[in-house]
Amino acid sequence: MPFLLYTGISAYVPLFLLIIAGIGLGFLLANLSVILGPSRPGIKKGLTYESGMDPVGTGHERFSVKFYLVAMLFILFDIEVVFMYPWAVQFRQLTQEFGMFPFWEMITFVLILFVGYIYMYKKGGLRWA
Amino acid sequence: MVEIILFWLFSILGIAGAVGLIFNRNPIYAALSLIINFFSIAGLYLSLRAEFLAVIQILVYAGAIMVLFLFVIMLLNLQTEEKAEKFDAKRGIAFLFGLAFAAEMIYALRSFASEGQTPLAAQFDYGQVEPIGRSLMTSFLFPFEMISVVLLAALIGAIVVARKHTYT
Repeated sequence: MPFLLYTGISAYVPLFLLIIAGIGLGFLLANLSVILGPSRPGIKKGLTYESGMDPVGTGHERFSVKFYLVAMLFILFDIEVVFMYPWAVQFRQLTQEFGMFPFWEMITFVLILFVGYIYMYKKGGLRWA
Repeated sequence: MVEIILFWLFSILGIAGAVGLIFNRNPIYAALSLIINFFSIAGLYLSLRAEFLAVIQILVYAGAIMVLFLFVIMLLNLQTEEKAEKFDAKRGIAFLFGLAFAAEMIYALRSFASEGQTPLAAQFDYGQVEPIGRSLMTSFLFPFEMISVVLLAALIGAIVVARKHTYT
């Protein structure tokens, strides 16, 4: 079974150009206003606007552990995607050979993880309070 | 020609990211340098014809693992590290190990470069996405399904452990 999609890393040059253009455009637009716009900071300008609260403490507050659970759950579902990706790429060829079998196979895979999702949901893993 | 340019680009970017990781005193900047390093390594994987690894490198490492790193940094509220000036025993040992590792790497790379081999992944189609998807659905069907059970166990474990700590 030959897989002839590979034509060298040169095939990815448009992708790299897109990434470079994306990063470049982001930097350019973010910094263009700094370069072109007038900048006259003053004490009055730096104050909190009208009836807004004065800032308390630093900007680097400690995060709650609850965020960490969300991050871990994200990783687990991210790993699920890792297995979906090669399956999705090969899906057309696989269905031609095995019919709907690969489809149900992935459905089983997702269903087993869906049990975990329901557990997480019922346990309030996504609840904030 | 393009491949050589890209190789140098990714190598230099990767090394720059790694150096930035080590020398940045602010842990957040260090973690962000690590992202640059991860992306460059993904580019190097592409040039080794390991496309699957390249995608996973970005998806899992630059995505999920970095989220974890950043969250740990923010959870512990790490501040900018003080510059350690004195050269104590721990740093000396670390330096020796680093030197030994560098020598090992140079030795390994020199013996490999002389043979002029093509990348292993390219010889066997290992790295591409299609053979992996195919073998997941054919020869490794049972392990593939087992992975979902393992992930399920990890999911439930994470919730149980985390909830015990947050709500007691």
